[in-house]
Order: sequence, then structure tokens, then C-alpha cells
Amino acid sequence: MDRQGNIISKDEDPKLSDKVIIKMYKEMTLLNVLDKILYESQRQGRISFYMTNYGEEATHIGSAAALNNNDIVYGQYREAGVLLWRGFTLQELIDQCYGNKDDTGKGKQMPIHYGSKKLNFVTISSPLGTQIPQAVGSAFALKGMHKVVICYFGDGAASEGDAHAAFNFAATLECPTIFFCRNNGYAISTPVDEQYRGDGIAARGPSYGMHTLRVDGNDVFAVYNATKKAKEYAVNENKPVLIEALTYRVGDHSTSDDSSAYRSPEEVTLWATNDYPTNKLRYYMETKGIWNEELEERWLQQARKDILAAFNAGEKKLKPKWTEMFEEVYKYMPTNIKKQQYEMVEHVKKYKEHYPVEKFET
Amino acid sequence: MALNKVCALCLRGFKGEFGSLSVISRGSHFTYTPDTDVPSKGEKAKMNMFQAINNALDIALASDKTAMIFGEDVGFGGVFRCTLGLQKKYGRERVFNTPLSEQGIVGFGIGVAAVGSTAIAEIQFADYIFPAFDQIVNEAAKYRYRSGGEFDCGKLTIRAPCSAVGHGALYHSQSPEAYFAHTPGIKVVVPRGPIKAKGLLLSCIRDPDPCIILEPKALYRAAVEEVPEEDYQLPIGRADIILKGSDVTLIGWGTQVHVLKEVAQLAKSQLKVSCEVIDLVSILPWDMETVFKSVKKTKRVLVSHEAPLTGGFGAELSASIQEECFLHLEAPVARVTGHDTPFPHVFEPFYLPDKWRCLAAVRNLINY
Repeated sequence: MDRQGNIISKDEDPKLSDKVIIKMYKEMTLLNVLDKILYESQRQGRISFYMTNYGEEATHIGSAAALNNNDIVYGQYREAGVLLWRGFTLQELIDQCYGNKDDTGKGKQMPIHYGSKKLNFVTISSPLGTQIPQAVGSAFALKGMHKVVICYFGDGAASEGDAHAAFNFAATLECPTIFFCRNNGYAISTPVDEQYRGDGIAARGPSYGMHTLRVDGNDVFAVYNATKKAKEYAVNENKPVLIEALTYRVGDHSTSDDSSAYRSPEEVTLWATNDYPTNKLRYYMETKGIWNEELEERWLQQARKDILAAFNAGEKKLKPKWTEMFEEVYKYMPTNIKKQQYEMVEHVKKYKEHYPVEKFET
Repeated sequence: MALNKVCALCLRGFKGEFGSLSVISRGSHFTYTPDTDVPSKGEKAKMNMFQAINNALDIALASDKTAMIFGEDVGFGGVFRCTLGLQKKYGRERVFNTPLSEQGIVGFGIGVAAVGSTAIAEIQFADYIFPAFDQIVNEAAKYRYRSGGEFDCGKLTIRAPCSAVGHGALYHSQSPEAYFAHTPGIKVVVPRGPIKAKGLLLSCIRDPDPCIILEPKALYRAAVEEVPEEDYQLPIGRADIILKGSDVTLIGWGTQVHVLKEVAQLAKSQLKVSCEVIDLVSILPWDMETVFKSVKKTKRVLVSHEAPLTGGFGAELSASIQEECFLHLEAPVARVTGHDTPFPHVFEPFYLPDKWRCLAAVRNLINY
């Protein structure tokens, strides 16, 4: 697709049904509205932290749509769209950000560190790049089961030693892994010319003996095609594939970052207006006659309403029992932790006015 | 054929400059005495520690179709022969070499375990586990906790040869257990011989939490016992009282247990002192009950390990004993350990907490 949503090469059109295309568009824009609301709520101090997905919606949705829920996902942290596509509910997302009693992670991790066993989305962790060799191990163990493991990471994380280890292990041990690099130009404040001097991340693939694709990360169909092809190849050949999706991080790195300190607003505007993934898909849909201003309005209103409802519900819920803090360090609690839990319970009984006990389940 | 194997062993070598560590283990600072307490009534066979480990791995692969072994040079049998014959028996999909990257090995192992298969990873020397420190500490140890139990990597076991070997110098001698003892979420054990190694290794492999088993490499060949041939497991988190005594408690693990056994003999013959020797076995979680009970009885305690003093696991034991047994202690808790230096090459005899340094400490405890 070009920037006006015209298919450039007819035989590369994935020919997705209108229903699927509309779902793609809806989830991309839903993610957008969700980001706006949660970003604002962080600004108001209602959640502690947030990271938006602005500009990278097509990389999530395009790749997720090309796989199915049996395929395992390892992410970095900017892949919430993949979860939405798989059926993670708004309420589940928001419960995690609040760390309330319904968070499957039981309030232990920072916001946006989502995970879902039933959707085969491995819980996000903060250390960068660590998930990449793990994805390779999972792919090795699942070899021959017609599943692929997709592993997302940014251009910055690709500089970690773990990325090198993973690419090399996947190639030598013949693992059906899709390495999906979101190259969005920045790692916090560090631009790519301070990250690497080679031809991006894609150029590294062949040196590990890996088939590699580079795609327009703002074109949901291009991402879809590449991922679909990669899965076919990975599963049939038991070999890894590297995809580098070129995109642009339109939002700040996180709510703890003000990106105007290191890049110009003009640069951001350029991407936000000229080459934005949702706009591109919308042009396409309008040309095709399956979307219009009225549907757009109605959908955005609905999205906002759904998100706010989930948001308000999430905010009202109590946090998990605070003694949950001691659980699941190990499968069974060892004596030393039991002792510490007991001591803390006794302490809080005596000094409860100094602890926010009313916010936690009992 | 045998000659070829030895040559291959020497030529392939391993990380570091030389290839003879695996062939010769001097272990002159201790005398190995076999375990007498055998945890099984079945058939036994004479095995050294690498053979007992090999036997445990064989049982693990046979009893669990998802189990796989991987690491640097494990395919041909391993630089310490622990995986000998296993690739031939179970195939390349279950016993295989990885590229030379420790962070890769542990990260890969976590991924295998996260989807429910059993991962037995080998780090060639404990000295080279540090590149994987992030994967162990930030990932493996926290996998279950951070996901609220949605995901775990409990089926991961990491094996690593550790401790002094006579001439291993800085990077073939380290005892890194204290680094890991500070990490909630993992288990750390150290066997003192073949029977223990087999039972503990099988426990680690089947335990629902990620485990590190540090194998004192000086014992691979030097330690020979009548090892039960059947499948058996020994408990993680429980210490063994090796020798009953009434005047001083001596606590150690790995090779150092054998040093302490000699110290107990010397103390008896030279000082007329009765020592109780405890093999801690499990560093994390450790067996507080057995330790406190013994110290309350003897009222004097010596903790001894090869690793440096400052921040060593002896510090954790000392502080806990002091908290729990304050009114029972007749002397300050003594620690005899490696010095706060890197592990040296030619000075090894002066570095190790040998029997003479330990005996001197026992004398001080009694005379305090």
C-alpha cells in the first residue's frame, strides 16, 4: 500500500475479507484510543506508568493476524495490539495497569507488563532482550508441532548480547522462530545512528544464516504478508526468519520521558500526518467503500465508551491480598518466606494505621 | 579408540588456555571418604561422581520423554565426561551442543521449560555462569512470581562444575553459590559425592522450581562410592549430619565436607574435642532447623567454605545462628573461608581453608 492506501502491486494483495480488514482497523484504532486514555490517566496520577503504541499499530495487528492463538508470543512491551487481536479484553489490560485483584499477574509487575497463558502470550518483563533466546528455546521444544514462536523486540534491544545469542542458537539448532524487530528509529533518546552502523537489523540476518525480510511497518498488509510467509517457511523448514519492520515511534518512549528533549516536533508531525498506519488503512477502506466518516465516528465513540467503562471498573476494584506478595516465589512456600510472611502479618496487625490495608482484599 | 578419545578430550579443551583439567584432578587438600548412608536397598555399582551424574542424566532422559540436555561440548560426552554416551543413546534432538554463549544457554533453557519440557543445561565451569547471571537472576528466578503463576520455568536445571581443583586459578576454581543465595526464586545445591550427586540431580530435574546444581569438579574422579543403580531422589533444602559430636559444630558443603571430616578426626586425636560435622547440601533454601539444633547442643560453631569471606554464604549462616542461638553460644561464630582475593594459581595451598586453618579455628573456639 502507498501512503494513500492504494495497493501498489495487485499480486501482493493479501485479499483479506472485508470483515478481517475492518477488524484490523478497529483494533488498531482501539489501541489508539486506549493509549490516549491510559496516558492521560498516568498524567493524572491514577496509574503509575504507561507506554503508548502510537505509530506501531500496524506491526502488532498485521503480524498477529497472520498467526493464530496456538503460536507462542514473546514480546518486549510495545505489543499490546497483539494481545487485543488475540482476544485479551480491555478489562484485562486495564486490570493489569491497576494491579487490582483481577490482574492475572496479581499486581506484582509495573503497568503494561501483560501476560496470558490462555492466549499463549508470555508475560512481559522489563530486562531488554532476555525474551529472545527464550523464544528460541520454546521454538526448539515445540518443533514438529506446527507452531511458530514469534518474538518481538526493538532496534535498541537488538544490540543486547541476548539478541546475538538467540539469532545464532535459532540458526544452528534449527528452531521455527520469527524474530520480529520493530525498528522505530529510537531507543528512548538514542537514534539509530548511535545504535548501529550496519544496514539496520535486517542486514544481520544473513550473517547468521537466516532468511530475512524488511517491511514497511506502517503498512498492515505488508506486515501481514511477511509474517504469513515467515510462518509457512519456519514451520515447514524448522528454521528461523528475521523480519525488520521499519516504523516510527510517534509517542514518547514512556510516561517518564519527554521526547521533545531530543527530537523535533516537526519530525514527529511528519510521521503522524504523512505516514500513519491507521490513516493509510482508512484511505484503503474508504476507497473500497467499506468505511466512512459516519462509521468512524460511531466506532470511536463506542471504543471510548467501552474503554472508560473498563477503566472505571478497574479503578474501583481492590488490590489483591497484600500477603500475595509472598506467594509464588516458589511453587511451594519455603520456611524462610513463611516466617517472613507471618512476621509481617503480625506487624501489620499492630501498626495497621500506617499501611494502606483498606485498598487491599482481605 | 580410547587413545583417540583422550586426544579429543585434550584437543577440544574448553574455555581457558589448557585442556588437562578434566583428565587430572589432584585434589590434594582433602581425602575423600565414601558415604556410608546409602539411600536404597537395591543393586549398587561402583561409580565416581561423573559416572553417577551420567547415570542420573540417563535415568532422567529415559523417564521423561520431554527431557533434553544441552550446553557447550555435551554432545561428545562433555569435558568432564558427565554426558558420555547420552547423545548416541537418545539422539541429537535430546542431547546436543549449543553455540558458545552462556546467556544463550540459560535463556534457551528457560524457553524450553516455559512450554513444559524438561531442560537440563550445562555451564562448562561455574566461573563462566556470570554471562548468564541476568537470565538466572532477572528471568528464571522471577518467572513464576512476576506472571502470577501464569508461566514458570520450573523444569529448568543448570549444572555447573565448581570449586578448587588444585591448579584451576581464577577461572576454573570459583564457588559462586553466595551470588545466587541472594536470589529468591531459585534453588541451589552442592553435592559432596556420587550418591548425593545422583539423588540431588534427579531431584533438581524434577523439582517444580529452577535449580542450580554446583558440582565440585575435584570430586568427579576422586570420589568413588557404591551408588544405587535405581532411580532415587534426595531432598533439596535438607542438611545431612555426617558425624555426630558434642563440642563443636562444623558446617560446610561440597569438597569442604571432606576437609571438615578430617578436621573432626584431628580435633578428636589432638584436642580431645568431639565435632559434629554438617553437610549443608542445600544453599537455597537452607536447613535452619538442623543447623540451629546442632548449634544449640554444641554451643560452638565453625562455618567453612572455599569462596571468599566477605559476602560469602557463611555470613548468612553466622548472622542467622547468632539471631537464633544467642543464649546458647559459648564463643563467637567462626568462619574459615577463602581469602578476599581472586582465586590464585600457584598460591592455592595458601588460599584454601584447609584442615590446618580449620583445626586452628576449632582450637580457638574451645579456648575462647
